[in-house]
Amino acid sequence: MYVLNQDEAYDFYVNKLGFKVIIDMPMGPNVRWLTVSPKEQEGIEINLFPLVEGQMFDAETLKTMRELVQKGTFGAAVFECNDIYATYEELKSKGVIFKKSPTKEFYGIEALFQDNSGNWFSLGQKK
Amino acid sequence: MITKEYPKVYLYRRIVQAKLFIDLNYADNIDLENISDEACFSKFHFIRLFKQIYGKTPHRYLTDIRLDKAKQLLSDGLTVSEVCFRVGFESLSSFSSLFKSTIGKTPTEFLSNQVVRQTEMTTNPLKFIPGCIASKNGWLKNSNFQETD
Repeated sequence: MYVLNQDEAYDFYVNKLGFKVIIDMPMGPNVRWLTVSPKEQEGIEINLFPLVEGQMFDAETLKTMRELVQKGTFGAAVFECNDIYATYEELKSKGVIFKKSPTKEFYGIEALFQDNSGNWFSLGQKK
Repeated sequence: MITKEYPKVYLYRRIVQAKLFIDLNYADNIDLENISDEACFSKFHFIRLFKQIYGKTPHRYLTDIRLDKAKQLLSDGLTVSEVCFRVGFESLSSFSSLFKSTIGKTPTEFLSNQVVRQTEMTTNPLKFIPGCIASKNGWLKNSNFQETD
């Protein structure tokens, strides 16, 4: 998962979403290897990778990537929780922005929220 | 944004506030009766709703939060007795036995494993990173992760 700023992403995923830090180690200037896991979905490990200039991204690609992330282009993850209404109320009270509040769809109840970089996620409820 | 409210939203908000209170004050001597009073529920009703939403009783939830926090503090290098009192346990023996029965290791064993893991991260960080990503970032060539310029 690409993030604009690792410190801010840490704050969002750990302090707002309540994820557990699996690995947090420095990998050179301005880059940490930072992985987190949702407490209710053990086994999933998400790498919060910073969009910084380096071997992976040249300046032009980096600019494009940052714009794409910020405008909410990327959203590939679906998180599950025990109770979607309680999770929605808790995250909303912590300032998390929802694009869709819990809504009954034919496939289940779903909500959509964004992280503080612009990545969006679907939130579902365990059956 | 769809804003249609779901049924019993006021109940959810009160239970969520109680849960957030536990998250914030887990290290204190929390009286669950007070929480249910503040949430304007009878103790029985509060426990039933809390369990329905979070899958465990408020008491179990509080214990799990304390143990989670204990694991984190042990990983940060604090001693077992420091951790015990910092997360709200009143006796080292009850902390150790609860930790062992829930986590499967004593706090001391857990701490030793964390020290080994932290040492490995310092001496061999690439062990924890998929090779393809390390290669793409040039980390295989610069394994001490210092400035290359």
